[in-house]
Order: sequence, then C-alpha cells, then structure tokens
Amino acid sequence: MSLLELHNVSMIYGSVKALQGIDLTVEKGEWLALMGPSGSGKTTLMNIIGCMDKASTGSIVLDGVDFTDVTAGNLTMLRRDKIGLVFQQFHLIPYLTAVENLMVAQYYHSMPDEQEALIALERVGLKERARHLPSQLSGGEQQRVCIARALINYPMLILADEPTGNLDETNAKIVLEFFQQLHREGHTIIMVTHDPKVAELAERCIVLEHGRIANRKDRRIVCREEEVS
Amino acid sequence: MIKMTKYSMYTKMIWNALLRRRSRMLIALLAVAIGATVVSGLVTIYYDVPRQMGREFRSYGANLLLTPAGDQQVMAQNLVANATTLLPSDKLIGIAPYLYDRIKLNEQPFLVAGTHFQAVKKVSPYWQIRGEWPADQSEDIVIGAEVAERLEIEPGEQVTLAAAGSETEKKVKVAGILRTGGSEENFIFLDLSLLQQMLKKEGVISIAQVSITANEAELNTLTQQIGEQVPGVAPRLVKQVTQSEQTVLGKLQALVYLVTIVVLLLTLICVATTMMAVVTERRKEIGLKKALGAENRSIILEFLGEGLALGALGGLLGTILGFFFAQAVSVNVFGRMISFQPLIALLALIVSIAVTGLACLIPVKIATEVEPAIVLRGE
Ligand SMILES: Nc1ncnc2c1ncn2[C@@H]1O[C@H](COP(=O)(O)OP(=O)(O)OP(=O)(O)O)[C@@H](O)[C@H]1O
Ligand SMILES: [Mg+2]
Repeated sequence: MSLLELHNVSMIYGSVKALQGIDLTVEKGEWLALMGPSGSGKTTLMNIIGCMDKASTGSIVLDGVDFTDVTAGNLTMLRRDKIGLVFQQFHLIPYLTAVENLMVAQYYHSMPDEQEALIALERVGLKERARHLPSQLSGGEQQRVCIARALINYPMLILADEPTGNLDETNAKIVLEFFQQLHREGHTIIMVTHDPKVAELAERCIVLEHGRIANRKDRRIVCREEEVS
Repeated sequence: MIKMTKYSMYTKMIWNALLRRRSRMLIALLAVAIGATVVSGLVTIYYDVPRQMGREFRSYGANLLLTPAGDQQVMAQNLVANATTLLPSDKLIGIAPYLYDRIKLNEQPFLVAGTHFQAVKKVSPYWQIRGEWPADQSEDIVIGAEVAERLEIEPGEQVTLAAAGSETEKKVKVAGILRTGGSEENFIFLDLSLLQQMLKKEGVISIAQVSITANEAELNTLTQQIGEQVPGVAPRLVKQVTQSEQTVLGKLQALVYLVTIVVLLLTLICVATTMMAVVTERRKEIGLKKALGAENRSIILEFLGEGLALGALGGLLGTILGFFFAQAVSVNVFGRMISFQPLIALLALIVSIAVTGLACLIPVKIATEVEPAIVLRGE
C-alpha cells in the first residue's frame, strides 16, 4: 500500500482553479520533488497533503486513513501525528530558544522532553546553540532547527516548501545534505523547489502547470539536467 | 533529567512571550497598571473621603449648640453635663462651654468669653493662635486679633483684667493672639472658672458648643432627646454645615464613581487594542502552532494566559501605585495619612484581571480563526 494516494483532487478558490484533477501516489521512503512556475499550485497541494486545508473535491488517503471527509478537529490530529513541516521562512517562534522551539512541537504533540529535543539539535549539529534565540542564529542554522523540529515527533511524511529558497549556496548545501541523510534513513519527503539541481537529488520529480500535473513532453520546466538532451 | 510536564512548558511559553517581547507587552502592562492605579486610588479615596470630609467639616465648628431654655441668659453648668450623658461618647469630638460677658482690659471695655481651651481645640480646630495656647489650669489668656491690634499687644505681654463695677484687678499674661476671620477676633478668652470667679457667676455658662460625628437624622434624634429629657436646655442644630456636608459628599462620591467607570472602560479599550495588535502581529506564529497540531483550546489558553498574567502583573503594580496615589491625594488635600486597605487592594487586583480577561475575548476569538495554511504562503 502506498503512503499517500491522491485521486482527482481539485482546489477552487472562488473563480481561481488552483488545482484541477490531481492524481498522485507517493510510496513509503520516496523523495519526490515538486516543481512548477509561480502560481501553479505547489503550495496549495502541499497544504492539502499536509492536512492544513481541505480539498474542494477528490479523495486523499494518507497512511491508510482516508481523510476526504474528516472534520477540522481530526485534520488537526492527523497533521500532528503524521506530518513534519519545513518552511522557506523557517517560522521559528522568535521569543523561544532553539531547544524550546522543538519542545513546543513536542508539547502540542504529546509531552515536552528537553533531553530528546537536545539530541535532535545535536543531530543537526546545533547542540551548542540550543539556548540561543532564532534572532541569534544564521538563516542556515534556523533552517536546521526547523528540520529538527519537523522530525521531533517521528512523522510519516516530511513536507518541505522551498527549504533552500532563503539560503545561500553553502547553507543550502548543508541543509540538502540533511535531506539526503533523511532519505537514506528511509524518510518519505515531498519537496517543492525551483532549483533543478535540488530536484535532481530527488528520486522522482513532477511538474505542476496551471494546477495540473504536466506531461513530460509538454512542460517547459525541466526537472533533471539529463532530460534536457 | 526530569521529564518536563505540559504545565511547565505552558508557563514557560507565556513567560517568555511576555519577557522576551518586552517593548510590546510593556504598553499593555502600562495600560493595565495605569487603569489599576487610578481605580484603586479612586476607590480608596471613595471610601476615605466621607471619613476625611466628615472630619474636615467638623473643623468648621460645632454642629450642635446647647443654649438656655426660654428667655434665660445663662444655664447651670451641670445641666450641660446631664445633656452630655445622652450623646454617644464614641462619636463625640468635643464640648466647649462658653460664658459671655464684658470685662475691662487695660481699663478698656471688651467682650469676654470664659471657656475650656482644651475643648476649644477640638470643637474649633480652625482657631489659629499666634503665640501659644494657654497651659492647662493657668491664668493665661488669649485675645482676639482685633483687640490685640487696638491695644498693640504682643504675645507674652502682661495685661490687667478688671470685672466691670469691681475694683479687684488681676494681672495675667497674654499667651496667644487669635485669628478666625470671624467675630471671635473681638473677644478676650480666658479659663471658664477664672472668669466665673471674677464675675461671681460660679457654675453657670451662656452656651455650649458640641462637635459630634453624626448625620442629619442622628442629630435630629439627639436634639429631640435632649430637649425632652433635660429641662432648662434648648438644643439647636447648626443646620447649614450638616446639609451641605451630605450634598457635597454625595456629589463627590458620584463623581469618583463615574471617573472609575470611565477609566475602566478606557483600560478595557486600550488592552483590547493592544491584544488585538498582538494577535495580528503574531498571526504567523498562531498559524505555525496550528500547523504543529495545536488545537483551538491551546491557542485560547495561551493568549488568555498571557492576558491574565498581564492583568495580574499590571493590577499588582497599579494597586501599589494606587495606594501611593491615594496617599498623596489624602496628604495634600486633607492633610492626613490613610491606612492600607487589603480589601480594596484585592478588589483592584481582581478587577484588573477581570478587565484584561474581558479585553482578550475578541482578540482570542480572532486568534482561533487563523488558518494553519497561512504559514506556507508567503503573505
Ligand atoms: N487563499 C487563496 N484565495 C484565493 N486564491 C488563492 C489562495 N491561495 C492560493 N490562491 C491562488 O491559487 C493559485 C496557486 O497558488 P500557490 O500558492 O499554490 O502557488 P505556488 O505554486 O506555490 O506559487 P509560488 O511558486 O509563487 O509559491 C494562485 O493563482 C494563487 O493566487
Ligand atoms: Mg508557494
């Protein structure tokens, strides 16, 4: 059974058809890159997969749970238990230290556990910065805290919307190495990116155009450098 | 290491939200503190004013006069003593007996009054003496400012007193010169028994001034009782003071009441506005918390917690400041210290917390309406 199955998913905001008839299957342990021009519906799709928005129509099955018709409360529970999020803007709580930011995620999930949060920070190489506020960390360090936070509650699926979009090349490289490591460890990752080099790291790449998954021969954007030839 | 409980994480989040976002929270804290200061200060004054003003009005003189009944000029001193037994001793401020007559001072005729200086101090606290009050049981006298001016007498000088139609003279010292702004300035005052002796009018007085803490109704009852039970004494109310006292007090309290309500409303609006700004400013944070799986209940508890902590802190600060505010008002306006009222302090604290709680309702409602989806969007 696949980890994630989307069937004929559409999202309509008033007159804007942000997504139309999306069919998508993601296997456990897969790394999927999601590309497409601005406004093509990438973030909209991530919000739906991440249980933060409900699709207008279509069916979604995540880890065997069909959440097409779940209530808002159940959506919150699903999101808490199954999804880890990494953002382009990091979104750390500014008045909490790195370790406290991780503990907030534990707090909403189950129980805050400082020891475990420190170990998670150590994994991303930030043990020494545990007591620093986000404003005292560089962008790359903040993103690593964000990755540690996404992993803290052992999610089934990691969603990353342009995780390197706000980083310079060096920091982007460090962050991408973490994603590669996560992939080797068997995590399932869906990552939005504009950078073909980043997409190349993924096993599979799909391109959205005007809210639809574009065919390989129609699309203007290329996922992998070898496809150019 | 001990596993951290959910509760301590909750308090940690709230404290850090307040402490590490100082500048924003300081404004809200200040709003609450100022509100609480004014409210606790005003409520303290509200309860203290009647007491203070009551005393203040007392200082305008007697509010009950005991005069001879019928067309008598004088009455027996022991009748006054009888009447006194009818007055509640805990509310009695003082009784000053007076015997009025004429006397010669340095061979010039003047009006004279015999009295008990200790009682006068209580009944007529507005008497201003240049020099000193006569010592107890001494034969020293006080003369009115008009008399002193006419004879060019300074405190400490010796003068000669002589009863009209009598040859016996008495040398006495002028202890002080009296200013009241009233007719007293034309009088010579000396000890009652000394005057009675000189005039050979032992045991009689012309009038007794009574100062008593009582409202109009109580005074009316007392007047009636004395009139019925002590023949020979006609009690009379000094009406104007009592009536104006009630009116002024009533108006003052109504004013304080109104100002308190207005200040509370202003505090409410100010805190609500600040909390609203806080919620708007932290939309992303709220969205993130929801994306991390926070339920509405958690969001409500956190913002309410922040609001109530602000209310408690501001309330505490304001209650302390309010006491000093009331103290300053009391010392400057009434010239008296007030005592700390724990009940009012508690009330101010509770009101501050309640007002901030109320002010948080709408902002908290808005916070719960934030969608988690906004954190992925670049807004
Ligand atoms: N809440 C909303 N209300 C109305 N329209 C919306 C809303 N959210 C998204 N849209 C529209 O849906 C379309 C897809 O938006 P989406 O954010 O998914 O694009 P994207 O592929 O993530 O773009 P980008 O690369 O710029 O982030 C856009 O046309 C956008 O204007
Ligand atoms: Mg986007």
